[in-house]
Amino acid sequence: MSEVSEHLIEIRDLNYSRGHRHIFKDLNVQIPRGQVTAIMGPSGTGKTTLLRLITRQLIPDSGCILVEGIDISTLNQKALYKLRRRFGMLFQNGALLTDISVFENVAFPLREHTRLPNRLIRHIVLTKLHAVGLRGAADMMPTELSGGMARRVALARAMVMDPDILIYDEPFVGLDPISMGVIVRLVRKMNDALGISSILVSHDVQEIATVADCSFLISGGKVAASGSPDELVNTRSELVRQFMHGMADGPVPFHFSAPNYAEQLLGRDAE
Amino acid sequence: MIRDLWYTFTDFLQTFGKLQLFFVRLILNSPSVLLQRGGLVIKQIYNAGALSLAIIMVSGLFVGGVLGLQGFSILSKFNAEDSIGTFAAFSLLKELGPVITALLFAGRAGTALASEIGLMKATDQLSAMEMMAIDPLQRVLVPRFLGGVISMPMLAAVFSVIGLFGAHIVGVNMLGVDQGAFWQQLQATLDMSDVYEGIFKSVVFGIVASLLAVWEGYNAIPTAEGVGRATTRTVVITAIAVLILDFMITALFLE
Repeated sequence: MSEVSEHLIEIRDLNYSRGHRHIFKDLNVQIPRGQVTAIMGPSGTGKTTLLRLITRQLIPDSGCILVEGIDISTLNQKALYKLRRRFGMLFQNGALLTDISVFENVAFPLREHTRLPNRLIRHIVLTKLHAVGLRGAADMMPTELSGGMARRVALARAMVMDPDILIYDEPFVGLDPISMGVIVRLVRKMNDALGISSILVSHDVQEIATVADCSFLISGGKVAASGSPDELVNTRSELVRQFMHGMADGPVPFHFSAPNYAEQLLGRDAE
Repeated sequence: MIRDLWYTFTDFLQTFGKLQLFFVRLILNSPSVLLQRGGLVIKQIYNAGALSLAIIMVSGLFVGGVLGLQGFSILSKFNAEDSIGTFAAFSLLKELGPVITALLFAGRAGTALASEIGLMKATDQLSAMEMMAIDPLQRVLVPRFLGGVISMPMLAAVFSVIGLFGAHIVGVNMLGVDQGAFWQQLQATLDMSDVYEGIFKSVVFGIVASLLAVWEGYNAIPTAEGVGRATTRTVVITAIAVLILDFMITALFLE
């Protein structure tokens, strides 16, 4: 397939299971080009797993994943690494290399993949750090950073090679409202200013609503709903409503499956 | 019961096979790492070797001292206390040097390697490298493996020399063995082949200890508990492997 396909990433009939637990059953997702796409879902639905499948850190049981029309399961390591250079990924906790400084962390992909002179590397790194507001932290070590700062450095590192696709794994978890606002604006700004595509995994409904162009809600190994955040908020589906409005009980039960409460308190379940 | 044993056995064979494949991958990647990432290897030689020096030297001094004491008490029964230098040199070069160094190395450098790599895995650093299209094998594992392989024989040599020095202090300076006899006997009986045996052992142990440390770290379950367990396993498995291999190599050289 050489013609440019319509979707950036297309997932067809994906099946994946870990142990005896089926995580995805015939999952179909199309991620459009040039937009911010959110993948949402309750904890434990395998959102992060889906990201790892898209980047082939994991291999599906069956089904195929096409990135720009190319089935990534057919790639050898060299071709895969070539493809991965076009991805930038922001890990949940930053995943900065702890033995080198912030500056070297951001410079790391440049030093590994290019033969640019030091002066130019310095320029690029400082520009990227400036964009996330952490030029002043260049000489600090990753262990000295707060969670929000570490994630911003990781974002600078993810975009230092000017990727076409930026992937964010739970970028909003555990951030204070200010850092959260900073990250939300950065996600949007970078997508529009650099003309890239962004994929965002999260369960923060409010933030998704402000930043995403379209979103997929995954539950029970399938896409439960898709559309723009507004469409999802106003949907009729019980499950989607429960998730979008944060209701405790509904199709997704509040209680993990357990024996009858009264019986258990009375000690009758032991027999 | 028998079926359980069978599964344990096949499980062991599978792991062993994977370990061998892993070893082959490390070796195949070694030349390019040495050429292109020499700086990283030198840093790891510092981490595994230079930082283990203090513990190796202190242990060597006291092991040598004990050899001096024990050797004197046994040899003096046969009026052969002049041979104390030979006794210490043979024990150190052929056995104690390589074996104790390997055990200390596993405790000091092996655990550091395993926990460092395990933590890098648990904090997604290895996945992040893969996502940046950088092979963690080349960037993280091979330099650490080579650092260990290169430092281990040097540490064993330092251990033996310091040990001999310790035996000399105890035998000659404290117990009054003649210094001339100490060195003359040593020179007359010690063969170059004995030295080679010691070097061969320390090289093999260096490869085994580094391989197991890197392997355990890389295959650690990526949680705090998993990393802790990997660290413990590194020491235990390395100790067992080194002692078994020591027996086999000794038997080989007795031919």
